[in-house]
Amino acid sequence: MIAVIDYGVGNLFSLSSSLSFLGLENRVTSSEADVRAASRVILPGVGAFGDAMEKLSATGLVPVLKDEAGKGKPLLGICLGMQLLFEKSYEYGEHAGLGLLPGEVCPLEPDLAAAGFSYKVPHIGWNALHLEQPDCPLLANTKEGDHVYFVHSFYAKGCCGALAASAEYGVTVPGVVASGSVYGCQFHPEKSGAAGLDILRAFAAL
Amino acid sequence: MVTKRIIPCLDIRDGRVVKGVNFRGVQDVEDPVMLARRYNDAGADELVFYDITASVEGRSLFTDVLRDVARSIFIPLTVGGAIRSLADFDRVLKAGADKVSVNSGAIQNPALIAEAAKRYGDQCVVLSMDVARVDGAYHLFTKGGREDTGIDAMEWAARGEAAGAGEIVLNSIDTDGVKRGFDLEMLAALARRVSVPIIASGGAGKMEDFKALFALPGVDAGLAASIFHFGEVDIAELKRYLAENGVPMRLPRSHND
Repeated sequence: MIAVIDYGVGNLFSLSSSLSFLGLENRVTSSEADVRAASRVILPGVGAFGDAMEKLSATGLVPVLKDEAGKGKPLLGICLGMQLLFEKSYEYGEHAGLGLLPGEVCPLEPDLAAAGFSYKVPHIGWNALHLEQPDCPLLANTKEGDHVYFVHSFYAKGCCGALAASAEYGVTVPGVVASGSVYGCQFHPEKSGAAGLDILRAFAAL
Repeated sequence: MVTKRIIPCLDIRDGRVVKGVNFRGVQDVEDPVMLARRYNDAGADELVFYDITASVEGRSLFTDVLRDVARSIFIPLTVGGAIRSLADFDRVLKAGADKVSVNSGAIQNPALIAEAAKRYGDQCVVLSMDVARVDGAYHLFTKGGREDTGIDAMEWAARGEAAGAGEIVLNSIDTDGVKRGFDLEMLAALARRVSVPIIASGGAGKMEDFKALFALPGVDAGLAASIFHFGEVDIAELKRYLAENGVPMRLPRSHND
């Protein structure tokens, strides 16, 4: 069973539907017992980092997620859920994250401006993935140039060796990050058509 | 680089797809779930569902349709029509919508965009506007394009962006249903005024119209209904054509992959 963490941030209908569509047993839950019993865990999320981290802490699941990830249970963060995996974020202040991946979450806008690009923020739409680590197990079914659907205004920096796939948007946007059993997608695999379903399928096969 | 988007729009009444020509003369087309699946398979980048139901029963049929689509189609879904309150946002988001498009609802309640953006995020709120030229100015229309509000449309768009609308759909009443191309002049005026993504609607009749559209800086997506429904333009063929003409496109993977 895949536990989809419900901490009151965003709409989990599509994510749960996409897993069910693939024939993957899943449960939208905020219960520690479910997270412990699950074979895999997905941490979704949309909205602001600080608010989301507060709500996640309120469920009491932060130490459980860290513990289970430490034991090697596959964990996949999606969009804001991916950003929460990092050490900290500078979204409206400075907030500590789960610290499961090295790096920090920064606003796109000043970096785009510094690089001389006037691209729109949020980075919204379909963008191509460049495979930095084609052997990453989460990318087992993914091909160079596959398009996935992004919606975000902040992005991870300094993830170094954890960078598994990136998208070009004036700056290098980490699309997929991976370290041990901890994985993250900045884009929405549940909204990325066949390419997105391929990634969820790979996660279920880890 | 982000690709340009091709977006078919499905007008839904009483659970069925319809399309009015110049907002009049409605014809029944097809089952919305089947049509959505066909568009998804052809490579549509997003789907828009527009609820033109007047009755309560129709509204609940619409939500059922949306839920059915969201269970089997995994691309962004936008819902519009009859969105007047946060409760309406909530109803369609829970049924699987990713974005909600507000039109007359924002005219009746100008605080709606800001309230929705605060609760659901800018990326969730789309400002849709029906615009026509009146005495040399762009006027905002309401009630399905029948009533002139007298409001300056470009000013309205700028206010919507400031309030938190994450995208703007510009439907030109002057070109809608005419099939002689998008209203490039009106779109250029909007692109000068706002910096959020712009979705062009109204006037597409052939593939070349989309090529001309995407030559215009600041336009991110092209939306159309009847030309796709009646097979006058095939989405897969359109996207190949645009890619060949240098427009960044997300192309479907070949079946051999």
